[in-house]
Amino acid sequence: MTAFDHLIVAPIVIPAVTAAVALLVMRRRRRLGAALSLAGCVAGLLAAVALLVTASDDAIRVYAIGGWRAPFGIVLVLDRLSAAMLVLASLLGTIVMAHAVITAADRKGWHFHPLFQFQLLGLNGAFLTGDLFNLFVFFEVLLIASYGLMLHGQGAARLKAGVAYVVVNIVGSAIFLVALGLLYGLTGTLNMADMGVRIAMLPSGDGGLARIAGLLLTAVFALKAALVPLHLWLPRTYAATMPVVAALFAIMTKVGVYAMIRVVPLVFGATTGEAAWVPSPWLAPAAIVTALLGFGGVLSGRGLRESAAFAVLGSTGSLLLVLAAWTPAATAAALFYLINATLAGAALFLVADVAMRRRGQYGDAIVPTPRFAGQDAVGLLYLATCIAAIGLPPLSGFIGKLLMLRATVDAPAQPAIWATILGTTLIGVVGFARSGSAIFWKPADGGAGLVSAERSRADLTAPAAALGAIVLLTVFAGPVSDWTAATARQVFAADRYVAAVLSSEAGR
Amino acid sequence: MSLEFLIASAIGALVAGGVYLSLRARTFQVVLGLTLLSYAVNLFLFAVGRLTVDRPPLYAKGVADYADPLPQALVLTAIVITFGMTALSVVLALRSFLESGSDQVDGIADEEAES
Repeated sequence: MTAFDHLIVAPIVIPAVTAAVALLVMRRRRRLGAALSLAGCVAGLLAAVALLVTASDDAIRVYAIGGWRAPFGIVLVLDRLSAAMLVLASLLGTIVMAHAVITAADRKGWHFHPLFQFQLLGLNGAFLTGDLFNLFVFFEVLLIASYGLMLHGQGAARLKAGVAYVVVNIVGSAIFLVALGLLYGLTGTLNMADMGVRIAMLPSGDGGLARIAGLLLTAVFALKAALVPLHLWLPRTYAATMPVVAALFAIMTKVGVYAMIRVVPLVFGATTGEAAWVPSPWLAPAAIVTALLGFGGVLSGRGLRESAAFAVLGSTGSLLLVLAAWTPAATAAALFYLINATLAGAALFLVADVAMRRRGQYGDAIVPTPRFAGQDAVGLLYLATCIAAIGLPPLSGFIGKLLMLRATVDAPAQPAIWATILGTTLIGVVGFARSGSAIFWKPADGGAGLVSAERSRADLTAPAAALGAIVLLTVFAGPVSDWTAATARQVFAADRYVAAVLSSEAGR
Repeated sequence: MSLEFLIASAIGALVAGGVYLSLRARTFQVVLGLTLLSYAVNLFLFAVGRLTVDRPPLYAKGVADYADPLPQALVLTAIVITFGMTALSVVLALRSFLESGSDQVDGIADEEAES
């Protein structure tokens, strides 16, 4: 085993070390601590890109922690899916961290940097782990960090929303544990690959229990992904927290989606008898309602943050709708759209933050404002971000939606899927057109001058960088969609994953 | 009455109480509800390794049947995590009560003065 093989743990180790160092340094030297934290994000991004390049040879790499082989020890598994999610999370983390440092959002309370790094640690760990209980632990790590981040800066409204957010997620964790317990009781293993094999060999009397466990697990992932009717926590939380934190949270709903893509084909896949594709009948209807409600919320939102939160909800709904077909083609399209939706959702929050900083007492309310500094630049950024978020040409959201429509041509529910995706796009266009024209076009009649200190343009950097990533995704849509297609094929070849994990000689 | 029935009904009663309390409007009751729920989950996880009496978990000379040690490790992890979570939710509930002057979960103060 060479040193390069150990790179798989880097996305977990780097944030852990950075968090501790930032915590110590921040006490005395704030600037140095912030710089270290940002450097940690960049280092994580570099490691993730290196892993992405490594994973592009289609091999599934297994890293046995402590040299304990699967299924007895905990393994980290690097395949195309986890590598892509790692890069996405690290890229988003770096952009958001840069924005927090530039706008001094990290100074509004204590311990922003350590919490942020632990959030990245939890995200990266969830993407890498091959063990279901370990997935629970990493979920908890990222949730605990997110509680701290969500309350960063404080305020009564934020605390109230925070209580609801924490309570909902604690109940979700309890359900996760029940599902894990059921699966362990049935199969006697927690390793996902091993579990898939054993579920297929269950005696017929246990099929019902396996179905219940599968549905409970999906319910937990749907809670994280904010699927209707488990979505109620999201708009309130995202609208009450700081926009820069909400931008990072744009990837949190995608963790739920990732967990479904990882667990369902592997543990509840085609070969697993009675438990095969157990979440499918529930997923599509819920996703349709989520998409409608999300983009409907964009239309009815009263603030930029609220409409951005609903846009995140709607994009998750449309991508789960396509995913629910559980075919490689649909998964490939959904993965492409997932990358776009994450970046666009984060960019929406960052632009909302930039607008809020300039509009003084008007905050993020969607009302006409007197002219503010940098109105044209912010307006253009908002326009481009909305185009990406709704999926209009020329940006990658359009390509993603096109891929999703093409992938579901032969699906049995094709009319419903197409009607939902196209209909919600129209609703989204109207919603964003309304908010954009109210804020950036309509002059306020009369009205007092703005109480706004923000004059510099430095804070436009991070939203522009997020937008730049979306433009790059558009330009390189060909290679990226080839990559997601290969990823989907790898995800659906569950036997290769099982073979790689269970016969691994790695880590010794 | 068998051991299985006793454990199952205990879990059921805890879950029922936990769900009822978590749905209440005041944060203190919700925190208690979450605690009851986590007790139930811990008991459930413990029972997942099958209910056995007087069996060694790892190794003992001349013993053929063992208790499953893994659920015990899982329960330990779950207890630690839920303990931290409960502490956090207590602090959060207290803080939110002090900041907003109301311990309603949805943040709307009681209009009518309740006892």
